[in-house]
Amino acid sequence: MTAGTAETAGTGGAAETGGTAGTALVELDGVAKFYGNIRALEGVSLEVHAGEISCVLGDNGAGKSTLIKIIAGLHRHDAGDLLIDGVTTTLGSPREALDRGIATVYQDLAVVPLMPVWRNFFLGSEPTKGRGPFKRLDVTLMRETTRAALLRMGIDLRDVDQPIGTLSGGERQCVAIARAVHFGAKVLVLDEPTAALGVKQSGVVLKYVAAARDAGLGVVLITHNPHHAYLVGDRFVLLKRGAMAGSHTKDSITLDELTRQMAGGSELEELSHELERATGPEPDVTASNVSASDGTAPGEASGKPLRPA
Amino acid sequence: MTATASPARGTPEGPRVTAGGGDERLLRVSPLRRLLGRPELGAVVGAVAVFLFFSFTADSFLRPSSIGTVLYAASILGIMAVPVALLMIGGEFDLSAGVMVTSSALISSMFSFQMTANVWVGVLVSLLVTLGLGAFNGIMLTRTRLPSFIITLGTFLMLTGLNLGLTKLISGTVSTKTIGDMEGFPAARKLFASSLTIGGVDLKVTILWWAALVALASWILLRTRYGNWIFAVGGNADAARAVGVPVRGTKIGLYMGVALCAWVAGQHLLFSFDVVQSGEGVGNELKYIVAAVIGGCLITGGYGSAVGSAVGAFIFGMTDKGIVYAEWNPDWFQFFLGAMLLLATLLNAWVRKRAEASR
Repeated sequence: MTAGTAETAGTGGAAETGGTAGTALVELDGVAKFYGNIRALEGVSLEVHAGEISCVLGDNGAGKSTLIKIIAGLHRHDAGDLLIDGVTTTLGSPREALDRGIATVYQDLAVVPLMPVWRNFFLGSEPTKGRGPFKRLDVTLMRETTRAALLRMGIDLRDVDQPIGTLSGGERQCVAIARAVHFGAKVLVLDEPTAALGVKQSGVVLKYVAAARDAGLGVVLITHNPHHAYLVGDRFVLLKRGAMAGSHTKDSITLDELTRQMAGGSELEELSHELERATGPEPDVTASNVSASDGTAPGEASGKPLRPA
Repeated sequence: MTATASPARGTPEGPRVTAGGGDERLLRVSPLRRLLGRPELGAVVGAVAVFLFFSFTADSFLRPSSIGTVLYAASILGIMAVPVALLMIGGEFDLSAGVMVTSSALISSMFSFQMTANVWVGVLVSLLVTLGLGAFNGIMLTRTRLPSFIITLGTFLMLTGLNLGLTKLISGTVSTKTIGDMEGFPAARKLFASSLTIGGVDLKVTILWWAALVALASWILLRTRYGNWIFAVGGNADAARAVGVPVRGTKIGLYMGVALCAWVAGQHLLFSFDVVQSGEGVGNELKYIVAAVIGGCLITGGYGSAVGSAVGAFIFGMTDKGIVYAEWNPDWFQFFLGAMLLLATLLNAWVRKRAEASR
């Protein structure tokens, strides 16, 4: 396991690695973002295609959140190009991104815990009926649509009237994904959807991510877990200290290689020497449960998409 | 909805077999449990307790005339408690609400008097200026991102000073000149400070204003998009912004709602006495907040109701006047109020915990 084989893809963008036809739904080309004199992100390129999952991997502080905020319209990029459907754009607000079909599900879940599920589901896009001063929320429609939309994603909720804060983290994540799918998002950006979840719940969320992909959405999956990324991802972009450290397609990289690069390659080896005294560490400790089923799991995840009954 | 009689709790991971109607995993929620989930329940229980208490201890409490008096006291407070409750659901405070009422009254009175204009002109100018004050609070808050406690504490102090300073400067004394003989006064008095007799009970028009405002606020809160945004902005502003809710606009709107009601209350103050004391209103802002909190508003935002604030104000009115009818020293009022606030808050917290656990 010698370092230095795949550190080449840092320049030139992701275009050459992928062989997909058609324009990308969203494309970043050499995008940079500065906060004062701090370089948060520089020279990052990424493509998102319909029916594909593009994973962005990186450690804490690698610039993943900044990247998301640019795609979601919370921040403007300072250099490079952001292309939506092949047209160069700058997004001014989250609303603008939403209107262009880019929906983002945040790490902190972007739900209002004390509000019922159905109010959360339609928040910001509430349907109304009546006119003039009698214009009002279409409550029955909202309740029923929420239930139906969740069911279509395979989420069977007991009661759409319960405060969303009473759902588990995984369930909330799934509701947020279902919401994005329902509102006709073309691109779904997921910020660390499995970060705070247990192994089983992570699996459930990844299934819904796959379901969204099968529904024809382009998905951006931000994560620091290469095992989760490799299970569902089609493209992988590695970020390191605000710059791109690699860009791969699924068939051009193995899970081990991805994990190694993600964990910092030589740095990790150094660390394992340091730690050797204590135990013989495997690379990446957090997700060893999932990695146990490396060989079969990826095929399983894509081969068994969620079919609504 | 067919009666799902089988009490099958089912396996924990129930399969997706939602047959037509209800969900078999959803146990039928008893009406009592449903009631427990309402934000104003604690206040209703409190109101019944206070009512029974004074019914037994104060002989004259149940007389029709007393009911009119209690409702009047409640309405004066309730008119302001409604928008303050909405603001609190939206996650903010307004400490300037009390003196803003006085400012609004002073503006219409002094403008009309100094310009020798029809009082309606003064009333209109007052409306615009007061709305401006509300907008100022909201814009300052959303621009500076300082806590609303600080921003409105600032406007509270500034308005207190302006009320006294400008009144003294313009009319030479601490109160305004009488405008009782000016054009338009009788009509304005009819709208803001008249009373009507229904079934032998003398009811002030403010009670109607109050009822209308509670109904309007409930409608807005529960059945409009804006109401959904108020809950969202108070419950999780970042999440609201991320899904496209105009957080700034919502908050500015809430502050202008407080201003609008301050204008109503201010006009009542002016037209019921026809002179206004410039030092009035200080301390009332806390009473509005107390009424909203007793009514079930969560001090951290995102939870509460307009009806709750009305019940809170009603408790206020009953205690305020009940102590008089019981012929106690009114000094005890404040003590009662404090105890009530603590009890109500504890009860609310307990009720909410039960309600959420029952889900």
